[in-house]
Amino acid sequence: MKAFMNHLAFEFGTGVRNKNLLLMNYLFPLGFYLLMGFIMPAINQPFRETLIPAMVVFAILSAAMLGIPDPLVNARENGIFRSYKINGVPALSILVIPVITTTLHLLIISFIITMSAPLLFAVTYPVNLSGFILTFIAMAMASCGTAVLIGVVASSSRMTVLWSQLIFVPSMLLGGVMIPYSMLPGAAGKISQILPATHAMNAFRGLAMGLQADFSAWGSIIILVLTGIFGFGLALFLFSWDSRNTRRRGPAWLAFLVLLPSIAGMFFLG
Amino acid sequence: MATAIVTVKDFRKQYGSFTAVDGISFEIHEGEIFGLLGPNGAGKTSTLECLEGLRKPDGGSLQIAGLNPAAESQKLRNLIGVQLQAAGLPESITPREAMRLFCSYHNVAPRYDLLERLGISEKSQTQFYELSAGQQRRLVLALAVAHDPKVLFLDEPTAGLDVASRVELHSLMEELQAKGTTILLATHDMAEAEDMSDRVAILLKGKLAAIGTPMQITATGAGLTRISVRTECDSLLHPVITFPSVQHFKVEEQYIIYFSQNVGATLADIMASINLHKDTIIDLRVERPSLEDRFLEITSRGGVR
Repeated sequence: MKAFMNHLAFEFGTGVRNKNLLLMNYLFPLGFYLLMGFIMPAINQPFRETLIPAMVVFAILSAAMLGIPDPLVNARENGIFRSYKINGVPALSILVIPVITTTLHLLIISFIITMSAPLLFAVTYPVNLSGFILTFIAMAMASCGTAVLIGVVASSSRMTVLWSQLIFVPSMLLGGVMIPYSMLPGAAGKISQILPATHAMNAFRGLAMGLQADFSAWGSIIILVLTGIFGFGLALFLFSWDSRNTRRRGPAWLAFLVLLPSIAGMFFLG
Repeated sequence: MATAIVTVKDFRKQYGSFTAVDGISFEIHEGEIFGLLGPNGAGKTSTLECLEGLRKPDGGSLQIAGLNPAAESQKLRNLIGVQLQAAGLPESITPREAMRLFCSYHNVAPRYDLLERLGISEKSQTQFYELSAGQQRRLVLALAVAHDPKVLFLDEPTAGLDVASRVELHSLMEELQAKGTTILLATHDMAEAEDMSDRVAILLKGKLAAIGTPMQITATGAGLTRISVRTECDSLLHPVITFPSVQHFKVEEQYIIYFSQNVGATLADIMASINLHKDTIIDLRVERPSLEDRFLEITSRGGVR
């Protein structure tokens, strides 16, 4: 346990010390939040009601999707996993520690956003704090689980960028962060249900912001939690100590199973 | 009789159709410094990685202190220390953090004294990527020995080290050996292997080409002893004098250099000739074939005769 805590403390510090992680965990989300806060409420009044959840979802996507996979791939390629294995660091620690530290950084940045937004931009404060925290945890689980899985199966740093952007960019466009779900055409809205961001925004609306959810908010929470469990479980199963990532317990395509909860949701949710 | 702490028996390792190691067997005794030599692609890394539990062998058996590295790698962790050739540490970790982290996984108190000993205490708060290559290697070495392993694997430990660090490393190795640590030293530095190793094994194309003490290995070769002589009146040079026991010779500056297998006879002939010409020796050097000469001899002909 002491070793795990030491490792956790080191990785948490890395999230601030490492310039790339500092950017993805804090600077990028804060910069985007300030930009959106100044512009969007002025040109789009209803955005005041969802600025806080939208920026929290953006922060989670930035820290998880853009911050977790690349360091994992680099660590594997540079023989750090081998060095860890030789010194008795378990695979579980290698995968769970980035999830915990990223979530801790996300708690800090989300706290800053949630506390400052009503003062800076006169936007709506969450009406149900426990619903807000629950949705935050579910979205962090889904995003971190998926991000760890990308880091485990991606063959190189370039591939992590590709896979991460395949989630990040559609999430920004279709996930309810910039454009509400209700404004999307039918097919686009349905397709967007494959994205964790869509479910997070839906759950925030229904469970935290006192707004009408576009479909079952609790269904969204279940999908987010299941995505996180699937993502992390698959990452643990497909993890390889090998620096060339050639020896796994299963083929890389198994990683697509992480989409199962959201695909099921497309059929069962409204 | 010395106890074997590392046993390699009919060990084979394949990558697809390529056989990296082809049925080698040897033992390493407790407290021994054992040099593992071979050109690139000889199978050294595969052997080391299987012994360290990083890869699984495709045939034969490996044991370290009675443990099978492939099946009991968790139990093995506290028994072995490994200095990998590639540093393998997060770029933002500091030496102090690395020492605390790795020692906690080995369940021992951090050995910050080793950072001092290996000359990196001043850099203990510097991030890993900001350390020089030599400092990085010394840190990895400090981490490898911090938990007092029974068997220490050193892969090219002196690569990138300056002379002072090299001397310090060798002194640390001797100290560890005196405490009973067994050291498996994989190196391309023949002088280091010859100086430090009690025994060496030379791998070639996945097979064991030679094994024994450095003295035994150099003695079994066809290598010629080099006898360099310089005299007051150059009586051996003008005209050049050679002897029946000499295989060949060359002249360098004012030295005549004889290459001979029969050192005694050649020395006797040299002395007789000098006395006959009433000359005087200024410098006389006898150099037996080095491990490097023998290694080159083995590798150039592709195996053991």
